[in-house]
Amino acid sequence: MKKIRLATTWLDGCSGCHMSLLDMDEAILNVAKRVDVVYGPLVDAQEFPKAVDVTLIEGAVSSQDDLEKVQTIRQRSKLVVSLGDCAVTGNVPAMRNPVPSRKLLERIYVEGAQENRGIPSDGVPALLRQAVPVHEVVKVDLCVPGCPPPAQAIAFVLGELVEGRVPDLAAKVKFG
Amino acid sequence: MRKLTIDPVTRIEGHAKIDIYLDEQGHVSDTHFHVTQVRGFEKFTEGRPYYEMPSITARICGICPVSHLLASAKACDAIMAVAPPPAAVKLRELVHCAQFVQSHALSFFHLSAPDLLLGFDSDPAHRNIFGLIEANPEMARAGVALRKYGQEIIEGLAKERIHPSWIVPGGVNAPLAPDVRDRILAGLPAARALAEKTLAFFKTVLDGFAEEIANFGSEPTMYAGMVDDAGGLEWYDGRLRLRDAKGAMVATDIRAADYSRFIGEASLRDSYLKAPYYKPQGYPDGVYRVGPLARLNVADQFGTPAADRELAEYRQRFGPIVHSSFHFHYARLIELLHALEMIELLLADPEILSKHVRARAAVNSLEGVGMIEAPRGVLIHHYKVDEEGAIKWVNLIVATGHNNLAINRSVAQVARHFIDGEHFKEGMLNRVSAVVRAYDPCLSCSTHADGMPALRIRLVSADGRVVSDVVS
Repeated sequence: MKKIRLATTWLDGCSGCHMSLLDMDEAILNVAKRVDVVYGPLVDAQEFPKAVDVTLIEGAVSSQDDLEKVQTIRQRSKLVVSLGDCAVTGNVPAMRNPVPSRKLLERIYVEGAQENRGIPSDGVPALLRQAVPVHEVVKVDLCVPGCPPPAQAIAFVLGELVEGRVPDLAAKVKFG
Repeated sequence: MRKLTIDPVTRIEGHAKIDIYLDEQGHVSDTHFHVTQVRGFEKFTEGRPYYEMPSITARICGICPVSHLLASAKACDAIMAVAPPPAAVKLRELVHCAQFVQSHALSFFHLSAPDLLLGFDSDPAHRNIFGLIEANPEMARAGVALRKYGQEIIEGLAKERIHPSWIVPGGVNAPLAPDVRDRILAGLPAARALAEKTLAFFKTVLDGFAEEIANFGSEPTMYAGMVDDAGGLEWYDGRLRLRDAKGAMVATDIRAADYSRFIGEASLRDSYLKAPYYKPQGYPDGVYRVGPLARLNVADQFGTPAADRELAEYRQRFGPIVHSSFHFHYARLIELLHALEMIELLLADPEILSKHVRARAAVNSLEGVGMIEAPRGVLIHHYKVDEEGAIKWVNLIVATGHNNLAINRSVAQVARHFIDGEHFKEGMLNRVSAVVRAYDPCLSCSTHADGMPALRIRLVSADGRVVSDVVS
């Protein structure tokens, strides 16, 4: 049986959606038989590969790096799935949106430090003015809400996608 | 000069990258560990009611939400000036131990075992948990089962595995049901057997990693960790102790409320993760480490028999103060065993079924600090509120932050020892990533304020040319 090429990534989030993915417990052993994980925090690929079948995105788009990453993902993935409330709505990362990013950074790195006070600038990506959901930046094919989405819902989504079906998530997920 | 970049550093929790600079001869001249995400919890929570803080700050980290829930709830206890009922304290300790089980299992099996069992130089396309499932299904199953056991305890107590709302200011919001206790106890022997078997196995392969042990962040530092009144390791409610590199006491009995007299924070130009330091020694001399390695260096004993037997053997093998960051793995596996012993002890106490699990009060103090040992080390939540209980000011110091200076030094040490720019191999870079993995950094946590780490390691030549294709 042909395996599907799966990528996962986390942007501005907490990794809880990836933990919920692992919370399918032993079922992950079976998923491994049907899926090749070609990119993501659990594997060692450095470059986002070409010709990915499905990419699960956790987290909101919050920095310049996130923005570029999402655009690459869209170009190279057949299906893009927003996994969890941060990717779907902005959720907790978007709580910073009313605060100008300069003020936020000053609070942390100037007022919140006793030595070397100053906002980091070398080798770190700039913050976007707002943290936004993935679908504000690129087309998203499927939204799986939840903080995090339940493991059973993630397993169902992967199971349907492996079979070439678009999952019907009605009654399987909720926000929060 | 050339530059190598690892971006992202994989099999860690969060976002980081590493730049490695090489001189004309291909020797490493400099390294930079960049944490690349910042979230701003300290700022955007201003104005929220203090009792929302546990639920909001749980979202700092999906791997150790229980740690943030506990540190936050303890800060809220202090604001209400209440002591949670004894059963609530025991239940909080129980859920905390369950989290140590799942988090330590994740770190060892899912993230680091591919290096340790498949090899640092093995094919990067299979050097992951899925490759481990194929190559060593028994070990992979043990990891899945141990992580599941910890998560099931959390689910049994708190109804949800991730971001549960059960831990609240003043205690917990529901008592433990007897059938849940019995279910946890029924699973305990199997979990104990897996933990003991894994530890026994790990001890047999340790000698094969002599070069890594000698060079993985082996430079001495101070160590910080919480201990109880008897000097024993304490995860939930102790006082902070620091020892120097030779084991002498640097500071003892530091209460949560006094942390800021001893711990300062420095901003770094090249990372969203700030660098805490021991204030009396200043920055950057006041470098110390936290987490499993540090706790075993700081504490006198565990206080549970199996873990104490393992600790004696560990110290006999590597000395009373162990410096190599490679031994974070060994220390973590001993702690995993201790967590399982603690779960049994806590459940044996009939008081744990008491229905009285929550103290209620309004704002009685305008400031509160909560300090605990998260799986990765000391975690501090510090809040100031107005008389209505609205948050006015927040400071959070997370475990990975304390280790920031040490991780930077370890990355430099590993890069200098293993990387040869003239005969470059991928496994050299993987070792640089692997020393970061040994710390089990939680970059989601550390970036609560400080930036999210996508670990990127970049190789740049002396003329500033990025040799990025070397990475893949």
